[in-house]
Amino acid sequence: MKAQLRRYALFALVVVADLLLYLQHPARGEQAIRSALDYLVEMLLFIPPIFVLVGLLDVWVPRQIVEKNVGPDSGVRGVVISILVATAAAGPLYAGFPVADALLRKGCRLANAVIFLGTWATIKIPMLMMEVKFVGLPFALLRLALTLPAIIATGYLMEMILKVGETGRFAQGAGEKNY
Amino acid sequence: MFFNVILYLLAAAALCISFRRDRQKTKKALAIAWNSFRNLIPSMLGIIGLIGLMLALVPREVIAGFFGNNSPAGILLISLAGAVTLMPAFIAFPLAASLLQSGASVMAVACFITTLLMVGIITAPMEVNFFGKKFTFWRNAIGFVLALVIGGVMGVILQ
Repeated sequence: MKAQLRRYALFALVVVADLLLYLQHPARGEQAIRSALDYLVEMLLFIPPIFVLVGLLDVWVPRQIVEKNVGPDSGVRGVVISILVATAAAGPLYAGFPVADALLRKGCRLANAVIFLGTWATIKIPMLMMEVKFVGLPFALLRLALTLPAIIATGYLMEMILKVGETGRFAQGAGEKNY
Repeated sequence: MFFNVILYLLAAAALCISFRRDRQKTKKALAIAWNSFRNLIPSMLGIIGLIGLMLALVPREVIAGFFGNNSPAGILLISLAGAVTLMPAFIAFPLAASLLQSGASVMAVACFITTLLMVGIITAPMEVNFFGKKFTFWRNAIGFVLALVIGGVMGVILQ
């Protein structure tokens, strides 16, 4: 119960801040609340299908398939698959968290999960189209060329830092979930 | 919006196929979906509120003001702004374009974009929720350093 309440601490803080702002500067407070509501609607529009897909993935995709394609022994193939799947993703990074989490629990290699998140955050096809349109092809291509190796390096660095393969949380897909 | 529609069609199709094959499994999948959603709500509400406050308190012009300067301190400041802010691509890229047009350096804009995409301070509580503190800290720390390198290299090459 206490833990449950603590998870709402940030939200409570924001509500208090919104109220204070509204009392001091009604126009700005109203703007803050209005943009928050806009975002809420935007998120509620795409989060449900993502969670439905995550649930289905959890139930239908056997552990062996995830392990074989993006697991500890998947090598280059695992990296390529992680990148390709994530470039096709829609929605902001936090929508990728539950997906990467589900993959990890199914035996996905940590490096591949980090690469998946990194790609989800930085390289998405609709995002690249916007980028080309607004800041030009050279900017977009160069960013793509530099970001890909950076993401892959991050994946392997994370494995070294978090010492997976031993007994860590990500050793064979984290078990300690609080569902 | 287009991608939302695709996402819904995909989820609906998958759900239909799943339901035809096995009702029990489909029920279980929906229960998992609902539980993960419920798990996400508290931090999501907090983060949405923070975004609202940020947009109200730091107008676009103020963020744009940071970009005129190409000094190391300026670049660092811009990168920190990128790391802290959270904005969708359809706001970020037009903003980047307007910054470039108003005379900001490519390096500053590149650093802003790369840190914006690779580092998420605002979403960190949510990330901790899923993967733990250590994971979140290191993924964002490595991301920040690499984002600075990428932005720097882009600035030099595209000058």
